[in-house]
Amino acid sequence: MSGFWIMLTGALVATCCAVLGCFLVLRRMALVGDAISHAVLPGIAIAFLVSGSRGSFFMLLGAALVGFVAVFLIQLFQSGGVQSDASIGVVFTALFAVGVVLISLNARNIDLDLDCVLFGEIAYVQWNTLEFGALSLGPKAVWLLGLTLLVIAAVVSLFYKQFKLCAFDPALAAALGIPVAVFHYLLMGLVSMATVSSFESVGAVLVVGLLVIPPAAAYLLTDRLGTMIGLAVVIGIVSSVAGYGAAVWLDASIAGCMVCAAGVQFALAFLFSPSHGLVTRRRRLRAAALGGRAG
Amino acid sequence: MLNLLTDPNLRWILLGSMLLGLSGGVIGTFSYLRKQSLIGDTLAHAALPGICIAFMLTGVKSVGLFLVGALLAGAAATLSVTLITRYSRIKPDAAMGIVLSLFFAVGIVLLTRIQHSSYGNQSGLDKFLFGQAASMTSSDLYTLGGVALLLVIACGLLYKEFKLLCFDPGYGRGLGFPMGLLEQLLLGLTTVAVVVGIQAVGVVLVAALLITPAVSARYWTDRLGVMTVLAGLFGALSGAAGAWISSGVSQLPTGPISVLAATACFVASVLFGPRRGLAAKLLGRRSARRRWLAESAGVAARANIQAAMQATAQAAVLTDGQANVHDNAHPNVHSAAHANERGASV
Repeated sequence: MSGFWIMLTGALVATCCAVLGCFLVLRRMALVGDAISHAVLPGIAIAFLVSGSRGSFFMLLGAALVGFVAVFLIQLFQSGGVQSDASIGVVFTALFAVGVVLISLNARNIDLDLDCVLFGEIAYVQWNTLEFGALSLGPKAVWLLGLTLLVIAAVVSLFYKQFKLCAFDPALAAALGIPVAVFHYLLMGLVSMATVSSFESVGAVLVVGLLVIPPAAAYLLTDRLGTMIGLAVVIGIVSSVAGYGAAVWLDASIAGCMVCAAGVQFALAFLFSPSHGLVTRRRRLRAAALGGRAG
Repeated sequence: MLNLLTDPNLRWILLGSMLLGLSGGVIGTFSYLRKQSLIGDTLAHAALPGICIAFMLTGVKSVGLFLVGALLAGAAATLSVTLITRYSRIKPDAAMGIVLSLFFAVGIVLLTRIQHSSYGNQSGLDKFLFGQAASMTSSDLYTLGGVALLLVIACGLLYKEFKLLCFDPGYGRGLGFPMGLLEQLLLGLTTVAVVVGIQAVGVVLVAALLITPAVSARYWTDRLGVMTVLAGLFGALSGAAGAWISSGVSQLPTGPISVLAATACFVASVLFGPRRGLAAKLLGRRSARRRWLAESAGVAARANIQAAMQATAQAAVLTDGQANVHDNAHPNVHSAAHANERGASV
């Protein structure tokens, strides 16, 4: 049973991240996702200090706010003339450092050690269950992630057309009267939410892997956004199941193995994708050259 | 706090952290100008599996070996980013995200393997994640300090070449410099700086040691030489602050404190940097407005005098009995009155 809950949690994390990651990869903001996943740490630490528990809904909101602040600061420094990747670097390291200091100073009050910050404790997810009377309703993390997934799915499907247009042609979107900035911040807010709910399971750094790697692999397999999202979700779920298997076999970090499994799938897509794979393209070129010589 | 000056061990640690910060700042200047700031982040995360493999193969904790392992892993990471961007339609930022998280994941898997298995002397390997300057032994310090010093000297010797590389590589190629080789060299030096910085600041935050001092220094000057020196200075200051404060308070890892010190430098630069800083911009805007008002007041005063002279002239004409000129004179008088008002409001 424990394996089931862990895989379910992993699959939910991967699904949340994969859906949003597609838009991040298309908008060339993969590193903003990286920045947000680090920057929400002070929000999480403060929420811990205030509420004394993990997994509350307020924590989600608080962290989403901190995510907003991070994106806002990045934009602010960029418009002030700092290069974009440097401003990302300055903002996320500063916020992450604040978070680490808060956690280490209040180590007694915060039930969260620094290893967990980096690579999560998905193995303990099943012990922290939601009780309703005498009834055990399953791990809290699953409920939190389910809620997050519901919000993400609702928002993305409701504004699918707008998100799509903003991802591919922001100028056209603006010309058509779509508030591009609003959708930008909406996407960033969703990314913050997904990061925070996944945080406990996979940690700050490995969230980035699930945000970027499955969508990037899917991007190599298809040219359609809808298919890309679907493929990314499938790749994410396969990574969480295969990663859990590998982790049990190797006796190593589950979250780390999940990201490694995603990496293997990306490598396969990179080499053997029917349309964009390295090996397939080479072979097609050679076939064309041979055919040309024969003809 | 005072024991810092009397305790020789702490003094060495302080000196070592300063050297590490200095080399990070100096190298960071060049990677900032080459718009490759976040490559340091990728290299740092990628160093983790290298360190773990070096430990698993040899079973000893030696900074020299870790340096070699991390260098090889860093080289593999940069190669992967280049390969992914060259041979597929993945953009550089996503490629960096992929390589960063994948290498880090491999590192985490190896680290947990090490922790779960019976490698005896593994304690302290996880200090690499957040940095603990106080855990450095004196031989580590000699190695790291020496490497950091070499880095700074290399940058000094190749200053002219790197300057060309940052600002006009095409011109450099025209002059006959091997630009490709220099680029690889700078990348290699960046990797070394990141790897030695890890000991002081940790894998996750070492990127800040490269980026933040360089960005702060950019606020103060337009000259590369000054910027390099300033960035090195900011880096050394933050390294010292991190080592000092974290040696006093036991729960605090060194890395975040150093990063916060560097961030404080950055905020000060954003606020008070000459010309680019917020205060300078506000002051400049205000003085420009005052100048404009003064000028327009001067113009208004001149216009006043002219208008008055015209008015008297026209009044003289009017007294001659040619009433039709009055209509022409009127707007002039009107605008003079306006100018008067504006002058008064200043």
